[in-house]
Amino acid sequence: MLQRLEHLLGIEPLTREQITFILDQAAPFQEFQRHPLKKLATLRGKTVALAFFEASTRTRISFATAAARLGADQMNLQAESSSLKKGESLIDTVRTLEAMRPDGIVMRHAASGAADFVAKRLEIPVLNAGDGTHEHPTQALLDALTIRDRAGKLDGLHVTILGDILHSRVARSNIHLLSKFGAHITLCGPPMWVPREFEGIAPNVRRVPRIEEALEGADAMIVLRVQTERIHEPALAAEEYILGYQLTPERLRLAKPEALVLHPGPMIRGLEIDPGVADGPQSCVLEQVTNGLAVRMALLYHLVGGAPTDAPHPAEASSAASSGASAAKGSSNAAD
Amino acid sequence: MLLIKNGRVIDPASRTDAAMDVLLDGERISKVGANLAAENAEIFDAKGLVVAPGFIDLHCHLREPGQEISETIVTGTRAAARGGFTAVCTMPNTQPVNDSASVTRGIVERAAAGASVRVWPIGAASVGSKGEALAEIAAMKDAGIVAVSDDGKPIATARLMRQVMDYCRALDLPVIDHCEDASLFTGGVMREGPQSIKLGLKGIPAQSESICVGRDVEVATLTGARLHIAHMSTVGSLEYVRMAKKMGLRVSCEVTPHHFTLTDEDVQYDTHYKMNPPLASRADRDALIQGIADGSVDAIATDHAPHHPASKDVEFDRAPFGITGFETALALGLTELVHRGKISLARLVELFTTGPARVLGMERKIASGEPADLTIFSTEHEWTYRASESPSKSRNTPFDGRRFRGAPMATVVAGRVVYRREAAATAK
Amino acid sequence: MRVVEKRQLLSSEEIGRTLQRLAHEIVEKSGGTKDLALIGVRRRGVPLSQRIAAIIKTAAGVNVPVGTLDITLYRDDLSTVAQQPVVHSNEIDFPVDDRDIVLIDDVLYTGRTVRAAMNGLFDLGRPRRIRLCVLVDRGHRELPVEATFVGRLVETSDTEIVEVRLREIDGEERVMLVDRVT
Repeated sequence: MLQRLEHLLGIEPLTREQITFILDQAAPFQEFQRHPLKKLATLRGKTVALAFFEASTRTRISFATAAARLGADQMNLQAESSSLKKGESLIDTVRTLEAMRPDGIVMRHAASGAADFVAKRLEIPVLNAGDGTHEHPTQALLDALTIRDRAGKLDGLHVTILGDILHSRVARSNIHLLSKFGAHITLCGPPMWVPREFEGIAPNVRRVPRIEEALEGADAMIVLRVQTERIHEPALAAEEYILGYQLTPERLRLAKPEALVLHPGPMIRGLEIDPGVADGPQSCVLEQVTNGLAVRMALLYHLVGGAPTDAPHPAEASSAASSGASAAKGSSNAAD
Repeated sequence: MLLIKNGRVIDPASRTDAAMDVLLDGERISKVGANLAAENAEIFDAKGLVVAPGFIDLHCHLREPGQEISETIVTGTRAAARGGFTAVCTMPNTQPVNDSASVTRGIVERAAAGASVRVWPIGAASVGSKGEALAEIAAMKDAGIVAVSDDGKPIATARLMRQVMDYCRALDLPVIDHCEDASLFTGGVMREGPQSIKLGLKGIPAQSESICVGRDVEVATLTGARLHIAHMSTVGSLEYVRMAKKMGLRVSCEVTPHHFTLTDEDVQYDTHYKMNPPLASRADRDALIQGIADGSVDAIATDHAPHHPASKDVEFDRAPFGITGFETALALGLTELVHRGKISLARLVELFTTGPARVLGMERKIASGEPADLTIFSTEHEWTYRASESPSKSRNTPFDGRRFRGAPMATVVAGRVVYRREAAATAK
Repeated sequence: MRVVEKRQLLSSEEIGRTLQRLAHEIVEKSGGTKDLALIGVRRRGVPLSQRIAAIIKTAAGVNVPVGTLDITLYRDDLSTVAQQPVVHSNEIDFPVDDRDIVLIDDVLYTGRTVRAAMNGLFDLGRPRRIRLCVLVDRGHRELPVEATFVGRLVETSDTEIVEVRLREIDGEERVMLVDRVT
């Protein structure tokens, strides 16, 4: 019996079973993206607050679309127009949002731990859309779904993560998730951005200094973008980065022939990834986008949908009411 | 006259640990001996309690002048008394910085008017603690400072440290350094290590502190002055101090209770675990405890750093560094060090009394003629610390709700009982 | 919830005969099987629809496409249940537009499941016609829904439950009337 998720703050606290549940629940929503009419009434009457204190286009649109397709209304908070610029504290901004009574908050913030901070103070579900350099759980989930769909499994796969690992919340979430499924993770990037402590945050993680060795025999590669908005010294010249760490067609051939190429986006073609590789047959970036929508719909459905926790489980919400999943053997005609 | 009867007197200076009575007359200790009697004396029954010389805290922040929203001399010293301290050394990073005799005098006067315990100001080493020009240290000494520091920051350069040390050697003042390398420290909010990686918080490597300690020890060899390392937190720093002591340099160091109790693994985004220097690794903590036991560490100091609640109720990155500490220091020393068998009770008393006194160039003992400052405590009293009951204006502690075995029971300053725990009995 | 069995409504053989009859009725009353398609409503409508399709194939030699519809996302009571029910995918690999669809479910009761199923179908396209086929109609409609093809019409009270067990899901075959014990 899966414990009802209250928030989605990160991958690290989740069990393998919980993650599997989320991935399995994303499947019907993948199918849903192919319907001609992509509009449900499932979350009608619910409001999802999208509080993006850090600039984001793709993730925000993905969550907004997910909420809209489920029939929910949205409250939008964007960094540029945010009162945060006027010095309002995070806690006051969030309390203001809460006073407008959304049914859930999707949050992205530049401070690690910000989602945790908000979840501790509010009574509504919080979905972390990225907090500082800590976690970006929905990215790891959609990456895992993409890999699982294409490769058929996660267990025992060799996955290489390339780039600035130190400042990447995508890397951390992926390391936690893949490790829970028994994947072998190889990290490779400029050494000052791949500190040895990463080998200790989850089992089966190793660092490799040279990209050629890191890609040998890989089943999948996650190419991280070179971040310019999280300032860190020393900066590395683009040519240096390309020389040492760009995923070129030649380097790609060192991986397994069917190896998958993933990128959280947005890509800087010609920097961390060769344009031919980005558009090639092994690239999964478009599926990642579709899967992102499916994963986020599944999460909004489960976290924001439904009544507060003291309402009955569907199997008990039987009798006069409508359709229900049958808990006992045989259909109890809550279903009809 | 106050007669403290039936207590167990532990006086490190005379190596006493025996059942003795102590008679106080006015602001001085009048007599120490077994079975004393005195007419007209108020009796304090210290049965089952330890009677020690008055504790000294070498390092605290009373926030006055300028930051009274977080603490004042009155509220801070009340909390200090509640922790068993009879004298506290307050750091100069106030607003304005205590870099002049007039600010020092202001602090001394405020303390005389309303403090519960003795307040000994520490003056800034440089003007505004900006690390450029030397502050008017001699004038401040006349006004009452007991040491010099730019705490909050390190003394900026080796060159300035040399000037400060040379100058202070002549004035016979210790130089206290908050050791940190600015270039390694920048932007960091917790100790660099597996936990900072996991949490996605910018880390400060241990070497930020030890590089500066090494620098200061080298400058000390150049100048021969008295150097005291504030809130030492790493094994690397401890090794430098040990080396300096072996070389015969007058180098000392202090450790805070949170550094011998907690580690970086305890950090989980709760800003009550954010302070500078940050909570260190287990290996550091264990090494510090070893240093405390073998005498390499001279004193326990609290670095009581109050911040009013709203300022700490923000994202970890944005919260100010610091936690309070007066009221839990002795309890942590007893619970974590003595009761766990790491050090003896007598050693703990040294760390709060003769250790800090020696750093300041003074003595602390229970003997006739000495100031009537005493710390009376229980090694067994079980209690729960509640931040909401603190007389401090601030609540930023990681120990709220923690249970302790051992507590300060009464604090005597200049012959007056400035604090008494309700459980303690006084019979007339 | 404790239940006690009151009586058996359909035995294994009776279920089989009923499905035979329903399959033939569907073929007869459809004016041709060209655009016909069967869609089973999860959960027990699915094996029923598959069996009916098999009977039609045997009897009329026609392959009628069969699909599966999950109506969880279209339920009208989702805002009242605390733990959201698990969602499943549809499996409909033919276009729904202009189809003559027969929705198949095990029991027709208040009509809300059928309403949800129709909403789900309309999201996929525009069928030419939708008719309903159920193994048991137990009355107590709360919405204006009717079944064209009914296996057995049974009068029931509010506390009673019609329990359908099918070998594909439950390992046995029978339909029982049970009552709640308070």
